[in-house]
Amino acid sequence: MAEVKKIATRESYGNALAELGKDYPDLVVLDADLAAATKTGIFKKAFPDRHIDCGIAECNMVGIAAGLATTGKIPFVSSFAMFAAGRAFEQVRNSVGYPKLNVKIGATHAGISVGEDGASHQCLEDLALMRTIPGMVVMNPSDDVEAKAAVKAALDHVGPVYIRFGRLAVPVINDKPDYKFEIGKGVVLREGKDVTLVATGLEVSETLEAAEKLAADGIDAKVINIHTIKPLDEDLIVAAAKETGKVVTVEEHSVIGGLGSAVCDCLSEKAPTKVLKIGVNDTFGESGPAVELIKKYGLDAEGIYNKVKAFV
Amino acid sequence: MDTLALKKNANEIRKGIITAVHSAKSGHPGGSLSAADILTYLYFEELNIDPKNPKKEDRDRFVLSKGHIAPGFYSTLAQRGFFPVEDLKTLRHTGSYLQGHPDMKHIPGVDMSSGSLGQGGSAAVGMALSAKLDNKDYRVYCLFGDGEIQEGQVWEASMFAGARKLDNLVFIVDNNGLQIDGKIEDVCSPYPIADKFKAFNFHVIEIDAHDFDQIAAAFKEARETKGQPTAIVAKSIKGKGVSFMENQASWHGAAPNDEQYEQAMKDLEEIGKSL
Repeated sequence: MAEVKKIATRESYGNALAELGKDYPDLVVLDADLAAATKTGIFKKAFPDRHIDCGIAECNMVGIAAGLATTGKIPFVSSFAMFAAGRAFEQVRNSVGYPKLNVKIGATHAGISVGEDGASHQCLEDLALMRTIPGMVVMNPSDDVEAKAAVKAALDHVGPVYIRFGRLAVPVINDKPDYKFEIGKGVVLREGKDVTLVATGLEVSETLEAAEKLAADGIDAKVINIHTIKPLDEDLIVAAAKETGKVVTVEEHSVIGGLGSAVCDCLSEKAPTKVLKIGVNDTFGESGPAVELIKKYGLDAEGIYNKVKAFV
Repeated sequence: MDTLALKKNANEIRKGIITAVHSAKSGHPGGSLSAADILTYLYFEELNIDPKNPKKEDRDRFVLSKGHIAPGFYSTLAQRGFFPVEDLKTLRHTGSYLQGHPDMKHIPGVDMSSGSLGQGGSAAVGMALSAKLDNKDYRVYCLFGDGEIQEGQVWEASMFAGARKLDNLVFIVDNNGLQIDGKIEDVCSPYPIADKFKAFNFHVIEIDAHDFDQIAAAFKEARETKGQPTAIVAKSIKGKGVSFMENQASWHGAAPNDEQYEQAMKDLEEIGKSL
Protein backbone atom coordinates (compact mmCIF):
# COMPACT_ATOMS: atom_id res chain seq x y z
CA MET A 1 0.00 0.00 0.00
CA ALA A 2 1.28 3.44 -0.91
CA GLU A 3 2.25 5.75 1.94
CA VAL A 4 -0.69 8.06 2.84
CA LYS A 5 0.10 11.74 2.47
CA LYS A 6 -0.06 13.58 5.80
CA ILE A 7 -0.42 17.35 6.27
CA ALA A 8 -1.33 19.38 9.36
CA THR A 9 -4.43 21.49 8.75
CA ARG A 10 -2.65 24.59 10.14
CA GLU A 11 -0.34 24.22 7.13
CA SER A 12 -3.38 24.04 4.87
CA TYR A 13 -4.67 27.24 6.51
CA GLY A 14 -1.50 29.19 5.73
CA ASN A 15 -1.34 27.84 2.20
CA ALA A 16 -5.01 28.57 1.51
CA LEU A 17 -4.67 32.17 2.73
CA ALA A 18 -1.63 32.71 0.50
CA GLU A 19 -3.43 31.17 -2.49
CA LEU A 20 -6.59 33.24 -1.99
CA GLY A 21 -4.80 36.52 -1.24
CA LYS A 22 -4.49 37.45 -4.89
CA ASP A 23 -8.18 37.03 -5.74
CA TYR A 24 -9.41 38.65 -2.54
CA PRO A 25 -7.76 42.06 -2.17
CA ASP A 26 -9.78 42.79 0.99
CA LEU A 27 -8.43 39.70 2.73
CA VAL A 28 -6.16 40.71 5.63
CA VAL A 29 -4.56 38.37 8.14
CA LEU A 30 -3.99 39.16 11.81
CA ASP A 31 -1.76 37.18 14.10
CA ALA A 32 -0.61 37.47 17.69
CA ASP A 33 3.09 36.62 17.56
CA LEU A 34 2.47 33.08 16.36
CA ALA A 35 2.79 33.47 12.59
CA ALA A 36 5.37 30.69 12.38
CA ALA A 37 3.13 28.28 14.30
CA THR A 38 -0.27 29.23 12.88
CA LYS A 39 1.37 29.23 9.43
CA THR A 40 0.04 32.68 8.54
CA GLY A 41 3.73 33.37 7.92
CA ILE A 42 3.13 31.79 4.49
CA PHE A 43 0.62 34.57 3.74
CA LYS A 44 2.96 37.18 5.21
CA LYS A 45 5.66 36.18 2.74
CA ALA A 46 3.29 36.69 -0.19
CA PHE A 47 1.43 39.76 1.13
CA PRO A 48 3.54 41.47 3.79
CA ASP A 49 1.41 44.63 3.82
CA ARG A 50 -1.77 42.69 4.54
CA HIS A 51 -0.37 40.66 7.41
CA ILE A 52 -0.78 42.47 10.70
CA ASP A 53 1.07 41.17 13.71
CA CYS A 54 -0.77 42.49 16.75
CA GLY A 55 1.72 41.17 19.26
CA ILE A 56 0.69 39.03 22.19
CA ALA A 57 -2.71 40.65 22.72
CA GLU A 58 -5.46 38.42 21.38
CA CYS A 59 -8.42 40.37 22.78
CA ASN A 60 -7.18 43.52 21.08
CA MET A 61 -6.54 41.56 17.89
CA VAL A 62 -10.16 40.40 17.73
CA GLY A 63 -11.34 43.98 18.30
CA ILE A 64 -9.03 45.31 15.57
CA ALA A 65 -10.45 42.68 13.22
CA ALA A 66 -13.96 43.88 14.08
CA GLY A 67 -12.98 47.47 13.26
CA LEU A 68 -11.37 46.38 9.99
CA ALA A 69 -14.51 44.44 9.06
CA THR A 70 -16.71 47.52 9.54
CA THR A 71 -14.73 49.16 6.73
CA GLY A 72 -15.12 46.25 4.29
CA LYS A 73 -11.96 44.27 4.98
CA ILE A 74 -12.22 40.50 5.46
CA PRO A 75 -9.93 39.81 8.40
CA PHE A 76 -8.71 36.35 9.37
CA VAL A 77 -7.73 36.40 13.02
CA SER A 78 -5.17 33.75 13.87
CA SER A 79 -3.98 32.29 17.11
CA PHE A 80 -4.09 29.04 19.04
CA ALA A 81 -7.65 27.88 19.75
CA MET A 82 -7.03 28.36 23.47
CA PHE A 83 -6.48 32.09 22.99
CA ALA A 84 -8.70 32.81 19.97
CA ALA A 85 -11.80 31.10 21.35
CA GLY A 86 -10.87 30.91 25.02
CA ARG A 87 -9.08 34.07 26.08
CA ALA A 88 -10.87 36.32 23.58
CA PHE A 89 -14.30 34.67 23.92
CA GLU A 90 -16.03 37.80 25.11
CA GLN A 91 -14.48 39.92 22.38
CA VAL A 92 -15.59 37.37 19.79
CA ARG A 93 -19.08 37.40 21.29
CA ASN A 94 -19.53 41.14 21.74
CA SER A 95 -17.26 42.78 19.15
CA VAL A 96 -17.78 40.24 16.35
CA GLY A 97 -20.83 38.05 16.99
CA TYR A 98 -23.31 40.61 18.29
CA PRO A 99 -22.70 43.13 15.47
CA LYS A 100 -22.48 40.14 13.06
CA LEU A 101 -19.24 41.38 11.55
CA ASN A 102 -17.47 39.64 8.70
CA VAL A 103 -14.57 38.35 10.77
CA LYS A 104 -13.03 34.89 10.31
CA ILE A 105 -11.25 33.20 13.16
CA GLY A 106 -8.58 30.70 12.19
CA ALA A 107 -7.79 28.81 15.37
CA THR A 108 -4.86 26.43 15.20
CA HIS A 109 -3.37 24.02 17.76
CA ALA A 110 -6.76 22.78 18.93
CA GLY A 111 -7.21 19.67 21.04
CA ILE A 112 -4.80 17.35 22.82
CA SER A 113 -2.84 16.85 19.60
CA VAL A 114 -1.01 20.06 20.54
CA GLY A 115 1.12 17.48 22.30
CA GLU A 116 4.10 18.36 24.45
CA ASP A 117 2.97 21.89 25.41
CA GLY A 118 0.39 20.28 27.64
CA ALA A 119 -2.98 21.12 29.12
CA SER A 120 -2.60 24.92 29.30
CA HIS A 121 -2.44 25.01 25.50
CA GLN A 122 -4.75 22.11 24.62
CA CYS A 123 -8.09 23.73 23.99
CA LEU A 124 -10.92 21.22 24.42
CA GLU A 125 -13.70 23.79 24.79
CA ASP A 126 -13.56 25.93 21.65
CA LEU A 127 -16.34 24.22 19.70
CA ALA A 128 -18.61 24.48 22.73
CA LEU A 129 -17.85 28.17 23.23
CA MET A 130 -18.13 29.17 19.61
CA ARG A 131 -21.35 27.34 18.86
CA THR A 132 -23.20 29.25 21.58
CA ILE A 133 -22.70 32.53 19.69
CA PRO A 134 -25.74 33.35 17.52
CA GLY A 135 -24.87 33.50 13.82
CA MET A 136 -21.41 31.98 14.22
CA VAL A 137 -20.47 29.32 11.67
CA VAL A 138 -18.24 26.70 13.32
CA MET A 139 -16.09 24.42 11.18
CA ASN A 140 -13.60 21.68 11.99
CA PRO A 141 -12.07 20.28 8.79
CA SER A 142 -10.66 16.77 8.71
CA ASP A 143 -7.71 17.09 6.34
CA ASP A 144 -5.75 19.30 3.98
CA VAL A 145 -8.32 19.25 1.18
CA GLU A 146 -11.19 20.07 3.50
CA ALA A 147 -9.25 22.71 5.44
CA LYS A 148 -8.45 24.64 2.26
CA ALA A 149 -12.06 24.32 1.10
CA ALA A 150 -13.25 25.58 4.47
CA VAL A 151 -11.05 28.69 4.25
CA LYS A 152 -12.43 29.47 0.80
CA ALA A 153 -16.01 28.87 1.97
CA ALA A 154 -15.43 31.13 4.99
CA LEU A 155 -14.20 33.89 2.69
CA ASP A 156 -17.28 33.64 0.53
CA HIS A 157 -19.67 33.48 3.49
CA VAL A 158 -20.70 36.89 4.81
CA GLY A 159 -20.62 36.85 8.60
CA PRO A 160 -18.53 35.49 11.45
CA VAL A 161 -16.85 32.11 11.02
CA TYR A 162 -14.71 30.02 13.36
CA ILE A 163 -12.44 27.36 11.84
CA ARG A 164 -10.49 24.89 13.94
CA PHE A 165 -7.13 23.63 12.69
CA GLY A 166 -4.67 21.15 14.12
CA ARG A 167 -0.94 21.03 14.73
CA LEU A 168 -0.49 17.33 13.98
CA ALA A 169 -0.03 16.09 10.41
CA VAL A 170 -3.11 14.06 9.48
CA PRO A 171 -3.83 11.77 6.52
CA VAL A 172 -5.35 13.29 3.38
CA ILE A 173 -8.67 11.49 2.94
CA ASN A 174 -10.71 13.83 0.74
CA ASP A 175 -8.50 13.98 -2.37
CA LYS A 176 -11.23 12.69 -4.65
CA PRO A 177 -12.19 14.33 -7.94
CA ASP A 178 -15.87 14.58 -6.93
CA TYR A 179 -15.16 16.11 -3.50
CA LYS A 180 -17.42 19.07 -2.79
CA PHE A 181 -17.47 21.29 0.27
CA GLU A 182 -20.56 23.08 1.40
CA ILE A 183 -20.96 24.83 4.76
CA GLY A 184 -23.44 22.90 6.88
CA LYS A 185 -23.44 19.75 4.74
CA GLY A 186 -22.13 16.55 6.28
CA VAL A 187 -20.41 13.93 4.14
CA VAL A 188 -21.22 10.21 4.22
CA LEU A 189 -17.87 8.46 3.88
CA ARG A 190 -19.05 4.90 4.45
CA GLU A 191 -22.46 3.28 4.34
CA GLY A 192 -23.52 0.90 7.10
CA LYS A 193 -26.65 -0.37 8.83
CA ASP A 194 -25.68 -1.29 12.41
CA VAL A 195 -24.47 2.02 13.86
CA THR A 196 -23.70 5.57 12.71
CA LEU A 197 -20.31 7.02 13.59
CA VAL A 198 -20.34 10.82 13.38
CA ALA A 199 -16.82 12.25 13.45
CA THR A 200 -15.18 15.64 13.06
CA GLY A 201 -11.68 17.00 12.47
CA LEU A 202 -8.74 14.65 12.81
CA GLU A 203 -11.04 12.01 14.30
CA VAL A 204 -12.58 11.39 10.86
CA SER A 205 -9.64 9.36 9.60
CA GLU A 206 -9.35 7.50 12.94
CA THR A 207 -13.07 6.71 12.79
CA LEU A 208 -12.84 5.41 9.22
CA GLU A 209 -10.09 3.07 10.35
CA ALA A 210 -12.19 1.99 13.34
CA ALA A 211 -15.10 1.24 10.98
CA GLU A 212 -12.86 -1.12 8.99
CA LYS A 213 -11.93 -2.98 12.19
CA LEU A 214 -15.62 -3.19 13.17
CA ALA A 215 -16.44 -4.55 9.71
CA ALA A 216 -13.96 -7.38 10.28
CA ASP A 217 -16.05 -8.28 13.36
CA GLY A 218 -19.27 -8.15 11.35
CA ILE A 219 -20.38 -4.72 12.57
CA ASP A 220 -21.46 -2.56 9.67
CA ALA A 221 -20.86 1.08 10.60
CA LYS A 222 -21.98 4.13 8.67
CA VAL A 223 -19.44 6.98 8.90
CA ILE A 224 -20.38 10.63 8.58
CA ASN A 225 -17.86 13.46 8.46
CA ILE A 226 -19.30 16.57 10.09
CA HIS A 227 -16.95 19.39 9.09
CA THR A 228 -19.51 22.03 10.11
CA ILE A 229 -20.60 21.82 13.73
CA LYS A 230 -22.84 24.83 13.25
CA PRO A 231 -25.09 24.95 11.36
CA LEU A 232 -25.33 21.20 11.90
CA ASP A 233 -26.55 18.97 9.06
CA GLU A 234 -29.57 17.85 11.09
CA ASP A 235 -31.37 16.16 8.22
CA LEU A 236 -28.43 13.88 7.54
CA ILE A 237 -27.98 12.99 11.22
CA VAL A 238 -31.67 12.36 11.85
CA ALA A 239 -31.93 10.14 8.76
CA ALA A 240 -28.83 8.18 9.78
CA ALA A 241 -30.10 7.77 13.36
CA LYS A 242 -33.43 6.42 12.09
CA GLU A 243 -31.62 4.13 9.68
CA THR A 244 -29.11 2.59 12.13
CA GLY A 245 -30.82 3.12 15.50
CA LYS A 246 -27.55 3.89 17.29
CA VAL A 247 -25.21 6.87 17.03
CA VAL A 248 -21.64 7.44 18.19
CA THR A 249 -19.95 10.86 18.03
CA VAL A 250 -16.17 11.20 17.88
CA GLU A 251 -14.24 14.39 18.48
CA GLU A 252 -10.94 15.65 19.83
CA HIS A 253 -12.80 17.96 22.20
CA SER A 254 -14.52 17.79 25.56
CA VAL A 255 -17.59 15.56 25.51
CA ILE A 256 -19.35 18.59 26.96
CA GLY A 257 -20.62 21.10 24.43
CA GLY A 258 -19.01 20.03 21.17
CA LEU A 259 -20.06 17.75 18.32
CA GLY A 260 -21.52 15.15 20.69
CA SER A 261 -23.68 17.70 22.42
CA ALA A 262 -24.75 19.25 19.12
CA VAL A 263 -25.81 15.83 17.82
CA CYS A 264 -27.65 15.05 21.09
CA ASP A 265 -29.41 18.44 21.00
CA CYS A 266 -30.67 17.58 17.55
CA LEU A 267 -31.61 13.94 18.14
CA SER A 268 -33.29 14.42 21.51
CA GLU A 269 -35.76 16.70 19.79
CA LYS A 270 -36.14 15.15 16.36
CA ALA A 271 -35.34 11.44 16.67
CA PRO A 272 -34.55 10.22 20.21
CA THR A 273 -31.71 7.76 19.77
CA LYS A 274 -29.12 6.21 22.05
CA VAL A 275 -25.89 8.17 21.59
CA LEU A 276 -22.36 7.37 22.77
CA LYS A 277 -20.14 10.45 22.95
CA ILE A 278 -16.45 9.75 22.40
CA GLY A 279 -14.15 12.66 23.23
CA VAL A 280 -12.14 13.93 26.16
CA ASN A 281 -14.11 13.02 29.26
CA ASP A 282 -14.35 16.22 31.29
CA THR A 283 -10.66 16.32 32.07
CA PHE A 284 -7.66 18.45 31.10
CA GLY A 285 -5.00 17.11 28.76
CA GLU A 286 -1.30 16.64 29.52
CA SER A 287 2.14 16.74 27.93
CA GLY A 288 3.31 14.04 25.55
CA PRO A 289 3.76 13.31 21.86
CA ALA A 290 0.46 13.96 20.05
CA VAL A 291 0.05 10.46 18.69
CA GLU A 292 0.65 8.93 22.12
CA LEU A 293 -1.89 11.26 23.72
CA ILE A 294 -4.54 10.45 21.13
CA LYS A 295 -4.00 6.78 21.95
CA LYS A 296 -3.93 7.38 25.71
CA TYR A 297 -7.22 9.28 25.63
CA GLY A 298 -8.86 6.56 23.56
CA LEU A 299 -9.22 8.71 20.47
CA ASP A 300 -7.24 6.52 18.08
CA ALA A 301 -8.87 3.92 15.80
CA GLU A 302 -8.27 1.17 18.36
CA GLY A 303 -9.86 3.16 21.19
CA ILE A 304 -12.86 4.09 19.06
CA TYR A 305 -13.24 0.48 17.91
CA ASN A 306 -13.26 -0.79 21.50
CA LYS A 307 -15.85 1.73 22.69
CA VAL A 308 -18.16 1.23 19.72
CA LYS A 309 -17.93 -2.55 20.09
CA ALA A 310 -18.98 -2.33 23.73
CA PHE A 311 -21.76 0.10 22.81
CA VAL A 312 -23.40 -1.94 20.04
CA MET B 1 -20.95 76.82 14.27
CA ASP B 2 -20.26 79.46 16.92
CA THR B 3 -19.81 78.67 20.60
CA LEU B 4 -23.27 79.92 21.55
CA ALA B 5 -24.91 77.61 19.02
CA LEU B 6 -22.80 74.69 20.27
CA LYS B 7 -23.84 75.46 23.86
CA LYS B 8 -27.50 75.56 22.85
CA ASN B 9 -27.19 72.24 21.06
CA ALA B 10 -25.42 70.70 24.04
CA ASN B 11 -28.21 71.88 26.32
CA GLU B 12 -30.85 70.36 24.03
CA ILE B 13 -28.84 67.14 24.00
CA ARG B 14 -28.82 67.16 27.80
CA LYS B 15 -32.61 67.54 27.80
CA GLY B 16 -32.82 64.56 25.46
CA ILE B 17 -30.67 62.52 27.85
CA ILE B 18 -32.96 63.27 30.80
CA THR B 19 -36.08 62.60 28.72
CA ALA B 20 -34.73 59.28 27.44
CA VAL B 21 -33.51 57.99 30.78
CA HIS B 22 -36.71 59.10 32.54
CA SER B 23 -38.80 57.31 29.93
CA ALA B 24 -36.65 54.17 30.17
CA LYS B 25 -36.75 54.23 33.98
CA SER B 26 -33.10 53.14 33.80
CA GLY B 27 -29.88 54.05 32.01
CA HIS B 28 -26.82 56.16 32.59
CA PRO B 29 -27.36 59.92 32.90
CA GLY B 30 -24.20 60.90 34.84
CA GLY B 31 -21.61 60.03 32.19
CA SER B 32 -23.94 61.06 29.38
CA LEU B 33 -24.16 64.56 30.83
CA SER B 34 -20.40 64.78 31.45
CA ALA B 35 -19.65 63.87 27.83
CA ALA B 36 -22.42 65.96 26.23
CA ASP B 37 -20.20 68.88 25.22
CA ILE B 38 -17.55 66.64 23.64
CA LEU B 39 -20.26 64.73 21.77
CA THR B 40 -21.81 68.02 20.63
CA TYR B 41 -18.53 69.30 19.28
CA LEU B 42 -17.76 66.01 17.52
CA TYR B 43 -21.14 65.76 15.78
CA PHE B 44 -21.76 69.44 15.02
CA GLU B 45 -18.25 70.52 14.16
CA GLU B 46 -15.50 67.94 13.98
CA LEU B 47 -16.75 64.81 12.24
CA ASN B 48 -17.13 64.54 8.47
CA ILE B 49 -20.51 62.79 8.52
CA ASP B 50 -23.87 63.04 6.78
CA PRO B 51 -27.04 62.26 8.74
CA LYS B 52 -28.82 61.60 5.44
CA ASN B 53 -26.18 59.06 4.45
CA PRO B 54 -24.97 57.50 7.69
CA LYS B 55 -22.89 54.86 5.88
CA LYS B 56 -21.10 57.36 3.63
CA GLU B 57 -17.97 55.49 2.66
CA ASP B 58 -15.22 57.88 3.65
CA ARG B 59 -16.95 59.36 6.67
CA ASP B 60 -15.07 59.94 9.88
CA ARG B 61 -15.81 57.20 12.39
CA PHE B 62 -16.82 57.51 16.02
CA VAL B 63 -16.77 54.64 18.49
CA LEU B 64 -18.41 55.06 21.87
CA SER B 65 -16.29 52.70 23.91
CA LYS B 66 -18.09 53.77 27.09
CA GLY B 67 -21.24 52.36 25.53
CA HIS B 68 -23.37 52.82 28.64
CA ILE B 69 -23.69 56.52 27.86
CA ALA B 70 -25.92 55.54 24.96
CA PRO B 71 -28.47 58.18 26.08
CA GLY B 72 -25.86 60.89 25.43
CA PHE B 73 -24.87 59.33 22.12
CA TYR B 74 -28.45 58.81 20.90
CA SER B 75 -29.53 62.27 21.97
CA THR B 76 -26.61 63.73 19.99
CA LEU B 77 -27.40 61.65 16.91
CA ALA B 78 -31.07 62.63 17.13
CA GLN B 79 -30.24 66.32 17.58
CA ARG B 80 -27.95 66.07 14.54
CA GLY B 81 -30.75 64.55 12.45
CA PHE B 82 -29.87 60.85 12.23
CA PHE B 83 -33.30 59.91 13.62
CA PRO B 84 -36.27 61.69 15.22
CA VAL B 85 -35.75 63.26 18.66
CA GLU B 86 -39.15 61.82 19.71
CA ASP B 87 -37.69 58.32 19.40
CA LEU B 88 -35.47 58.99 22.42
CA LYS B 89 -38.51 58.19 24.55
CA THR B 90 -38.36 54.59 23.29
CA LEU B 91 -34.89 54.07 24.79
CA ARG B 92 -34.56 50.60 26.35
CA HIS B 93 -38.19 49.75 25.58
CA THR B 94 -38.96 46.29 24.24
CA GLY B 95 -38.89 46.37 20.45
CA SER B 96 -37.17 49.76 20.20
CA TYR B 97 -34.13 50.11 17.97
CA LEU B 98 -32.60 52.26 20.70
CA GLN B 99 -31.01 49.43 22.66
CA GLY B 100 -29.54 49.97 26.13
CA HIS B 101 -26.08 50.00 24.59
CA PRO B 102 -25.17 51.05 21.02
CA ASP B 103 -26.20 48.55 18.34
CA MET B 104 -24.68 49.26 14.93
CA LYS B 105 -27.06 46.86 13.19
CA HIS B 106 -30.13 48.94 13.93
CA ILE B 107 -29.19 52.51 14.82
CA PRO B 108 -28.36 55.02 12.07
CA GLY B 109 -25.02 56.70 12.73
CA VAL B 110 -23.62 54.04 15.06
CA ASP B 111 -20.33 52.79 13.57
CA MET B 112 -19.66 50.08 16.14
CA SER B 113 -21.69 48.17 18.68
CA SER B 114 -20.28 48.66 22.15
CA GLY B 115 -21.04 48.40 25.81
CA SER B 116 -18.68 45.78 27.14
CA LEU B 117 -16.04 48.14 28.46
CA GLY B 118 -12.58 48.31 26.98
CA GLN B 119 -13.49 46.90 23.57
CA GLY B 120 -14.26 50.04 21.56
CA GLY B 121 -10.66 51.21 21.38
CA SER B 122 -9.58 48.07 19.53
CA ALA B 123 -12.37 48.47 16.98
CA ALA B 124 -11.40 52.13 16.50
CA VAL B 125 -7.80 51.04 15.96
CA GLY B 126 -9.01 48.57 13.31
CA MET B 127 -10.89 51.34 11.51
CA ALA B 128 -7.88 53.66 11.63
CA LEU B 129 -5.60 50.86 10.43
CA SER B 130 -7.95 50.18 7.51
CA ALA B 131 -7.74 53.84 6.46
CA LYS B 132 -3.95 53.61 6.52
CA LEU B 133 -3.93 50.36 4.51
CA ASP B 134 -6.09 51.97 1.82
CA ASN B 135 -4.50 55.44 1.93
CA LYS B 136 -7.81 57.02 2.88
CA ASP B 137 -7.94 60.21 4.88
CA TYR B 138 -10.91 59.63 7.16
CA ARG B 139 -10.29 59.96 10.87
CA VAL B 140 -11.40 57.84 13.80
CA TYR B 141 -12.47 59.02 17.24
CA CYS B 142 -13.10 56.90 20.31
CA LEU B 143 -14.54 58.01 23.65
CA PHE B 144 -13.64 56.17 26.85
CA GLY B 145 -14.71 56.58 30.43
CA ASP B 146 -12.01 57.21 33.02
CA GLY B 147 -13.11 54.16 35.00
CA GLU B 148 -13.17 52.19 31.75
CA ILE B 149 -9.43 52.60 31.23
CA GLN B 150 -8.97 50.15 34.10
CA GLU B 151 -9.69 47.54 31.42
CA GLY B 152 -6.41 46.10 30.12
CA GLN B 153 -7.63 45.91 26.55
CA VAL B 154 -7.58 49.72 26.37
CA TRP B 155 -3.82 49.57 26.82
CA GLU B 156 -3.40 46.72 24.34
CA ALA B 157 -5.15 48.95 21.80
CA SER B 158 -3.08 51.96 22.86
CA MET B 159 0.19 50.03 22.52
CA PHE B 160 -0.77 48.98 18.99
CA ALA B 161 -1.93 52.49 18.01
CA GLY B 162 1.27 54.05 19.30
CA ALA B 163 3.49 51.41 17.73
CA ARG B 164 1.73 51.78 14.36
CA LYS B 165 1.82 55.60 14.58
CA LEU B 166 -1.91 55.88 13.82
CA ASP B 167 -2.11 59.65 13.56
CA ASN B 168 -5.65 59.41 12.16
CA LEU B 169 -6.85 58.18 15.55
CA VAL B 170 -8.01 60.19 18.58
CA PHE B 171 -8.74 58.61 21.95
CA ILE B 172 -10.77 60.82 24.29
CA VAL B 173 -11.09 60.10 28.01
CA ASP B 174 -14.12 61.58 29.75
CA ASN B 175 -12.40 62.21 33.07
CA ASN B 176 -15.35 62.82 35.37
CA GLY B 177 -13.56 61.13 38.26
CA LEU B 178 -16.38 58.84 39.31
CA GLN B 179 -17.30 55.24 38.64
CA ILE B 180 -20.05 53.03 40.04
CA ASP B 181 -18.25 52.18 43.27
CA GLY B 182 -17.00 55.72 43.94
CA LYS B 183 -14.04 57.94 43.06
CA ILE B 184 -11.79 56.38 40.45
CA GLU B 185 -8.73 56.97 42.62
CA ASP B 186 -10.37 55.15 45.52
CA VAL B 187 -11.57 52.17 43.48
CA CYS B 188 -8.39 51.47 41.48
CA SER B 189 -6.65 54.64 40.41
CA PRO B 190 -5.89 54.99 36.71
CA TYR B 191 -3.93 58.21 37.42
CA PRO B 192 -1.75 59.64 36.03
CA ILE B 193 -3.79 59.27 32.86
CA ALA B 194 -1.86 61.67 30.63
CA ASP B 195 1.49 60.09 31.50
CA LYS B 196 0.17 56.65 30.70
CA PHE B 197 -0.88 57.65 27.18
CA LYS B 198 2.44 59.48 26.70
CA ALA B 199 4.23 56.27 27.62
CA PHE B 200 2.25 54.51 24.88
CA ASN B 201 3.55 57.06 22.33
CA PHE B 202 0.44 59.22 22.16
CA HIS B 203 0.41 62.97 21.78
CA VAL B 204 -1.55 64.00 24.86
CA ILE B 205 -3.74 67.09 25.34
CA GLU B 206 -5.45 67.91 28.62
CA ILE B 207 -8.57 70.09 28.51
CA ASP B 208 -11.69 71.20 30.34
CA ALA B 209 -14.44 69.01 28.84
CA HIS B 210 -17.01 71.82 29.15
CA ASP B 211 -15.02 74.60 27.44
CA PHE B 212 -15.78 74.63 23.71
CA ASP B 213 -12.74 76.77 22.88
CA GLN B 214 -10.47 74.21 24.53
CA ILE B 215 -12.34 71.34 22.86
CA ALA B 216 -11.98 72.99 19.43
CA ALA B 217 -8.29 73.70 19.97
CA ALA B 218 -7.62 70.13 21.09
CA PHE B 219 -9.25 68.54 18.03
CA LYS B 220 -7.40 70.98 15.76
CA GLU B 221 -4.12 70.06 17.44
CA ALA B 222 -4.96 66.38 17.02
CA ARG B 223 -5.56 66.87 13.28
CA GLU B 224 -2.21 68.61 12.97
CA THR B 225 -0.33 65.94 14.90
CA LYS B 226 1.59 63.63 12.57
CA GLY B 227 3.30 60.34 13.31
CA GLN B 228 1.45 59.49 16.50
CA PRO B 229 -2.12 59.10 17.75
CA THR B 230 -3.62 61.72 20.04
CA ALA B 231 -5.20 61.24 23.45
CA ILE B 232 -7.43 64.00 24.80
CA VAL B 233 -7.90 63.78 28.54
CA ALA B 234 -11.02 65.86 29.18
CA LYS B 235 -11.65 66.85 32.81
CA SER B 236 -15.40 66.83 33.24
CA ILE B 237 -18.20 67.02 35.79
CA LYS B 238 -20.31 63.91 36.08
CA GLY B 239 -23.99 64.87 35.79
CA LYS B 240 -23.04 68.31 34.35
CA GLY B 241 -26.02 70.64 33.97
CA VAL B 242 -28.42 68.98 36.40
CA SER B 243 -27.90 70.45 39.87
CA PHE B 244 -28.61 67.37 41.95
CA MET B 245 -26.74 64.98 39.66
CA GLU B 246 -23.44 66.85 39.50
CA ASN B 247 -20.47 65.00 40.99
CA GLN B 248 -22.65 62.21 42.37
CA ALA B 249 -21.52 58.64 41.64
CA SER B 250 -25.05 57.51 42.51
CA TRP B 251 -26.28 59.08 39.24
CA HIS B 252 -23.96 56.88 37.18
CA GLY B 253 -26.71 54.43 36.38
CA ALA B 254 -30.00 55.62 37.83
CA ALA B 255 -33.07 57.23 36.28
CA PRO B 256 -34.84 60.26 37.70
CA ASN B 257 -38.36 59.78 39.06
CA ASP B 258 -41.13 62.13 37.87
CA GLU B 259 -40.31 64.79 40.43
CA GLN B 260 -36.58 64.60 39.74
CA TYR B 261 -37.30 64.69 36.02
CA GLU B 262 -39.24 67.97 36.42
CA GLN B 263 -36.40 69.47 38.46
CA ALA B 264 -33.74 68.34 35.97
CA MET B 265 -35.64 69.76 33.01
CA LYS B 266 -36.14 73.01 34.93
CA ASP B 267 -32.41 73.24 35.57
CA LEU B 268 -31.70 72.76 31.88
CA GLU B 269 -34.42 75.23 30.83
CA GLU B 270 -32.76 77.83 33.02
CA ILE B 271 -29.34 77.10 31.56
CA GLY B 272 -30.92 77.47 28.12
CA LYS B 273 -32.39 80.84 28.99
CA SER B 274 -29.09 82.08 30.37
CA LEU B 275 -27.27 81.38 27.12
